[in-house]
Amino acid sequence: MTKIKHLIQNFSLQKFKKGGQKMSNVENLVKELVKIHGKNRNSLMPVLQGVVKEEKYLSEDAMMAIAKELDLSTADVYGTASFYTFLDTVPRGKNIIRVCKTITCHMKGKDELIKALEDALKIKVGETTHDKQFTLLTANCLGWCHKGPVMLINDEIYPETSPQAALEIIEKYQTSTKK
Amino acid sequence: MGKYLVNLKINNIPVSVEEGTTILDAAKNLNFKIPTLCYHSDLSIAGNCRVCVVEVKGQRVLSAACATPVSEGMDVFTNSEKVRASRKNVVELLLSEHNADCTKCYKNGNCELQEMTSEYSVGNHIYLDLVKDKDKILDISSPSIVKDDSKCIRCQRCVRTCEELQAVSALAVVNKGDHQKISTFLNKPMHEVVCTNCGQCVNRCPTGALVEKNYIDEVWNAIYDPDKFVVVQTAPAVRAALGEGLGVELGQRVTGKMVAALKKLGFNKVLDTDFTADLTIMEEGTELLTRLKKALVDKESVALPMFTSCSPGWIKFVEHIFPEYLANLSTCKSPQQMFGALAKTYYADKINIKPEKMVSVSVMPCTAKKYECDRPEMRSSGYKDVDYVITTRELARMIKQAGIEFNKLESERYDSILGESTGAAVIFGATGGVMEAALRTAYEIVTGREVPFTNLDIKPVRGMEGIKEAAIKIKDTVPAWSFLEGVELKIAIASGLANAKKLVEAIRDGKATYHFVEIMACPGGCIGGGGQPIPTSAEIRKKRIEAIYEEDTNMTLRKSHDNPEVQEVYKEFLGSPLGHKSHDLLHTHYKPRKRY
Amino acid sequence: MENNILKKVDLIFDNTCDPLVVVDKVLAKSPDDVILDIIDSGLKGRGGAGFPTGLKWKFTRNEDGDTKYVICNADEGEPGTFKDREILDKVPEKIFSGMAIAGYAIGAKEGYIYLRGEYNFLLPMLNKKLEDFNRKIKAKNLDFIISIKSGSGAYICGEESALFESMEGKRGEPRNKPPYPTVSGYNSKPTSINNVETLVYALMICKLGPDKFKELGTKDSRGSKVFSVSGDTPNPGIYELELGMPLKEFVSEFGDGDTKAVQVGGASGHCVPRKHFNDTIIGFEGIPTGGSMMVFNSSRSMYNVLHDYLEFFTEESCGQCSPCRIGCQQLLKGIEAIKKGEKSPIYIEELKRLAATMKIASKCGLGQSVCNPFTSIVDNFREEIIY
Repeated sequence: MTKIKHLIQNFSLQKFKKGGQKMSNVENLVKELVKIHGKNRNSLMPVLQGVVKEEKYLSEDAMMAIAKELDLSTADVYGTASFYTFLDTVPRGKNIIRVCKTITCHMKGKDELIKALEDALKIKVGETTHDKQFTLLTANCLGWCHKGPVMLINDEIYPETSPQAALEIIEKYQTSTKK
Repeated sequence: MGKYLVNLKINNIPVSVEEGTTILDAAKNLNFKIPTLCYHSDLSIAGNCRVCVVEVKGQRVLSAACATPVSEGMDVFTNSEKVRASRKNVVELLLSEHNADCTKCYKNGNCELQEMTSEYSVGNHIYLDLVKDKDKILDISSPSIVKDDSKCIRCQRCVRTCEELQAVSALAVVNKGDHQKISTFLNKPMHEVVCTNCGQCVNRCPTGALVEKNYIDEVWNAIYDPDKFVVVQTAPAVRAALGEGLGVELGQRVTGKMVAALKKLGFNKVLDTDFTADLTIMEEGTELLTRLKKALVDKESVALPMFTSCSPGWIKFVEHIFPEYLANLSTCKSPQQMFGALAKTYYADKINIKPEKMVSVSVMPCTAKKYECDRPEMRSSGYKDVDYVITTRELARMIKQAGIEFNKLESERYDSILGESTGAAVIFGATGGVMEAALRTAYEIVTGREVPFTNLDIKPVRGMEGIKEAAIKIKDTVPAWSFLEGVELKIAIASGLANAKKLVEAIRDGKATYHFVEIMACPGGCIGGGGQPIPTSAEIRKKRIEAIYEEDTNMTLRKSHDNPEVQEVYKEFLGSPLGHKSHDLLHTHYKPRKRY
Repeated sequence: MENNILKKVDLIFDNTCDPLVVVDKVLAKSPDDVILDIIDSGLKGRGGAGFPTGLKWKFTRNEDGDTKYVICNADEGEPGTFKDREILDKVPEKIFSGMAIAGYAIGAKEGYIYLRGEYNFLLPMLNKKLEDFNRKIKAKNLDFIISIKSGSGAYICGEESALFESMEGKRGEPRNKPPYPTVSGYNSKPTSINNVETLVYALMICKLGPDKFKELGTKDSRGSKVFSVSGDTPNPGIYELELGMPLKEFVSEFGDGDTKAVQVGGASGHCVPRKHFNDTIIGFEGIPTGGSMMVFNSSRSMYNVLHDYLEFFTEESCGQCSPCRIGCQQLLKGIEAIKKGEKSPIYIEELKRLAATMKIASKCGLGQSVCNPFTSIVDNFREEIIY
């Protein structure tokens, strides 16, 4: 499994490196973020968050650029990022779906919701669609226990989501991102 | 400023200690030993293993003795029922995520967890086995360090060592919860990251999760091979620490016994890295004077300050972190590699052995030397100059394997040639030693007089401080060096890479100016090297340093240029320092590496 | 959502007052008097730990140094708790004003809101209102400015010292205590860190006076509290209720007639079975809570509930201390092994001893509190867990 992850990562990196353009984009983005938030350790979180907002995950190049700009070791940057669930260090799709799996959402049918999403997107939890449009993940308590089951797509929240409703929401993202 | 005294009771015994003292240290005062795992006297306090928990009367929860300062009227119990039950459970928990195949483990017999297990959890493992991917997560990519996550108990001593003492942070804590582990950038193999191979993490790992890559079998095989001629060199710092692993009292020099043991192990010749340490001084001292001449007389642009280059951990650190300072490194190879280059050329010729039949082994206080001998730069004899590097710890193990009763050995002398050395060479093992040795020689070259210090002991460069500076005014020079008349030679010394980083940054930012800077990757210098006996502490390193200077004091020859074998090698083979042959065999250049 | 707010008490969401008027009123007093009012009110932290708010302010004020911080802990992550989101959404100015009051009282010039990443959708609105608020505060010549820092999905960052670490750009690992935040918090400076709800109550106490607040609740649990009600209830939602209420009353109000247990205080709280509804008080004299009330009816398997909680803690433990990191895994795998018959039922006793060790030997509140759900569920629903 980890081997596969590694392969995926290498694959995407190669793609990035071939582009050349893209790589310097990440560096520029990091520089820009550091300019906004300041060149010190306290800025690490907002810089990491800023990169994830744009790139959906922290690539090797992104973390190297951050380490360089903030004078940290790459291991330190990776160690910090990997602590936080929302700071992914493996490639993610354009839209990240996080289904709450904690008890009340569990009681209100998160399994059915996940099943519907898996079937519709033809992926399992933890995976990304072939077209890189969606990544399906689970999350711990999202803070909507009275309105389960709930899912988060990027920063957007969808409470009381039935399997049917989920499909319609997905549809919306599919069309809006294809445009 | 005087500190307040705080009164408290530990196990009902009253005690007064300075404000800010931890419960752990206060208990030590009363001779109550509280067990610890994540605590290390060289490092910041983590308080995460929870083995040192104690009961403080009136507190709902137990307190970590290592992390809790005493307070007035505190009533502490280090061994109550609650404490013992919790401690036992914590040890059991640690065992449940630890690959406890002790009999197969390299650290068997020298493992803090094992020791604790024998005290707290005999036999019955209560909990489920949580070790993931046993045997599949071994990282053997580095020529110096083996990392085995299945043995890791996440005490984070290695992470703190790498960050606080070495400013490298090749290791970090990654992930959280049940996936938390100690790893590298993107979990890359150790040989692909900024690790300097210094081995300080190995010195502080309480289990077998980080150990040196050992070459014991390779060395035995060479010894057993009738077609091979095996020469061994021993670094200065080894003699000051080898005894610790072999039942000799801490701080006792074991030079003669070590030589005797090496001969008994079957090495064909037992030689001394101290010889090339003296040679290094000749080369490096001349290099420094040449650089100064270029700068002051020829007005050439030349990289100053000059940095020493004996410490391979420091070399790799410069390559990664300060590539812009590569030109400041002395071009001298380390004594180990000078030795290797001479062994398979000059020496092989002298004793009439074909270099291809020679196996060159070195015993080092250092894990980075294992990496150094593998470098492509280190093949100037036409062969691999040094074939195998074993640490002080590996030598101790070989001596045990051979059934040699070390304590009962009669002292023997190094073989000649390449076995003669001076006091200036042995002090290479302590921080400030290379500087002192260089000054003893350079000052005399320039002034024709001995350094102006009683007994040649240049006290200002000695001591355990992480960064030291000194200045020596040069007066009454001999004519050839008259341009140095009145010059104040400014020098600095750092040991531990975190200190080295501070020093280089000060130089870079123009806050300090020096002519010559000695840097050793390990705290206290080579006596605190990553290949030295475990455990380590400031106290232990101090004892080893004392042993080193004692050896210096007892030597008849105290200055590198007085070494007769060194004089001979120049006369017969090398010509002069920085000469053509020296250049080919004893000098090298390094290349920048990625930090990010 | 409005219809879900049963207004038994209406302090938090009361929108009739201009919070800035309260700030003006406070600025007319001395900081010490403000602190005395808060101490007098008996207000205790509403995040769950229940430390007296007035004392926290006093300690922070008493520390030397020019730089001090007020931090609003909006990292609400306890399963079953969602009231802070609602407060942030509905009455953000009241939170800001509570922070400004705290800043004035302790002598801080900077305030931060640490907002959990899951609530990022609130950011545009909050930032806009904050900009406006900061401007208004400046106009009052109060040297205090608030900004927002975001979390990124880590429950443990709700622990105050882990939150500081996160704000400092590090892994959210709780620190050793002492020193406490009032002495050494964010950037190692004296810091008063308060829950969202606490800050709004502080504001309301300043508005109404401590006596009005004290009229609510009981001797040990002054005032009211916002409850997050979820699970098997016909009326899930957010309710502001007086503290010190008997659980029995809560169940008769919110239960579905078949309530078998209520988890009070979220995943890290206590599970109260039906037989104890009568003798359980919700408050600091009984079972304290950050407000989470999860109701389970008899169709629910308490094994599943416990399993879910343990999975949560196993993932959300920061992982640094051994009792919590390994203990959570052992409890989770342990009940699984008993269920599968790989371990005998008496192994549950071993696990209870382990939980007891975690309670006293873990480094922070997370590891210490895992014992609460574990022991209360196992003790009350033993059969469901082991068979």
